[in-house]
Amino acid sequence: MTADGEIIHFDNVGLRYGTDREVLSDLTFTLHAGRFYFLTGASGAGKTSLLRLLYLAQRPSRGGIRMFGTDVITLPRAELPVMRRRVGVVFQDFRLVDHLSAYDNVALPLRVAGHSEQDLAGPVRDILEWVGLADRMDAPPATLSGGEQQRVAIARAVIARPAMLVADEPTGNVDTDMAAKLIRLFDMLNRQGTTVVVATHDLDLLRKVPDSLIMRLDKGRLSDPTGALRYPPRKLT
Amino acid sequence: MTVRPGWMRRLAGSGRVELIPQGRMSGPMPWVIAIMVAMTAIALAAGLALGNAVSAARAEIEGGVTVQIIEPRPEVRAEQAALAIRAIETMPGVAGIRQVPQAELDALIEPWLGTGVTGAAAGMPGIPVPSLIDVRLEGAVTPAKLAQIAQRVEQVAPSARVDAQSNWLKPVFEAMLSLQVLAMVVVALLAVALAAAVLLAARSALGTNRNTIEIVHLLGGTDAQVARVFQRSIGYDAAGGGAVGLALALVVVLALGRRFEGLGAGLVDYGALLWSDWLWLAAVPVLATLLAMLTARLTVLHVLRKML
Repeated sequence: MTADGEIIHFDNVGLRYGTDREVLSDLTFTLHAGRFYFLTGASGAGKTSLLRLLYLAQRPSRGGIRMFGTDVITLPRAELPVMRRRVGVVFQDFRLVDHLSAYDNVALPLRVAGHSEQDLAGPVRDILEWVGLADRMDAPPATLSGGEQQRVAIARAVIARPAMLVADEPTGNVDTDMAAKLIRLFDMLNRQGTTVVVATHDLDLLRKVPDSLIMRLDKGRLSDPTGALRYPPRKLT
Repeated sequence: MTVRPGWMRRLAGSGRVELIPQGRMSGPMPWVIAIMVAMTAIALAAGLALGNAVSAARAEIEGGVTVQIIEPRPEVRAEQAALAIRAIETMPGVAGIRQVPQAELDALIEPWLGTGVTGAAAGMPGIPVPSLIDVRLEGAVTPAKLAQIAQRVEQVAPSARVDAQSNWLKPVFEAMLSLQVLAMVVVALLAVALAAAVLLAARSALGTNRNTIEIVHLLGGTDAQVARVFQRSIGYDAAGGGAVGLALALVVVLALGRRFEGLGAGLVDYGALLWSDWLWLAAVPVLATLLAMLTARLTVLHVLRKML
């Protein structure tokens, strides 16, 4: 994080897959620490592509990206894992590891980071309790409901206390009540200091987090309906 | 695949959780490795046995010279043989000399010509058989030493013919060495085939587990961590398959060893395996496991390098 609270800065970023036209064009914006961002836009607007750039699954075709004060475009590949550990990701399709239990799925980021079994047991149990899955720790994902899988995915995303949490359509596969609970969960994390970026096309969600800022993508370009992308950002009223 | 409860897995795996689903000794890979190791160990045993046979036989005959007195008249033959022995035994570098007894000569030709054909037993004239003199030199027979002996013998026994024993067996040695080289080439080819099989298995496993690997990557996992998982998995398969393959090879080698023992056939008797050879055979599954793990690691790292 820089002195002015910037954690992400995109500078004229463009992304194309192969030789197709650009799916993201001329993106220039800054995300600040401790904020809650909604990324909206119609299906195919480029939300998932933008999130993939944020969680370092993809490098842009052009432009510059600075994350946590580091230029990730020139960052050697070997140093990407350390950067990725600072970003928690909730995938649209959860992407839990099928043959691992809920406990082992949640423990995965800590194991990858080299924590011992002794050190990670407490935090993993605590967070599963926090998301209401204390009694399903040993259950494999296939035996969990959609909402339970979503909560395991969220627990996995936040277990390592990332500086930023990125969620792609986290409420797309759950009912309205569960969607509201999940958003409250994200809000709670945000209040604890985690920057949250949630991609959604459900505009009702925006009202559930009053202090959130909105980034709207339209055909791969970013519009700025709330002024959230200016610095200093203006709060949504 | 059944998923065991977490506590059971952690207990069984000493806290190690398998990132990719693995069944020990399941799938074709351990059995492919078992067959490769068995064939490698058998080929290696054959190569080592041939090497031993060649070395032992060479040591046995490398200082040997045979003098034949090719003379049809028995009394002249006996006289020239006695003179040749006297001439040779005073030469420097001669460790021993003996005339091959008539009984031994009879025994040598008996399988082809039957008994009593030399007439020696009945005191009757029969087929003339050359007298043989077996000379042992202190070192290996060289062309110069051979020429010296031939020159000395020629003066007293004009009917003599002098040969180095190793010359007779030279084509046999060459054939055995060719077989030994062939055995080593087979060992090398099997090692290449094993590496290729592991490479294909690792690529296939990478494809099957691509989703898990991507997740681990996105959670901050390094290439080395992912490679270690595959390396360990292939290592278990290779160690299990290797042990089975070695057991199979030992049964074959011991059974063949017994068969050859029963032959009692000259050079073959020298082809027994030494204790150091058994160590080499025991090292085959260990080396195969290391080769498989190294191949898996390099394959996985190569494929992962193409991912961000």
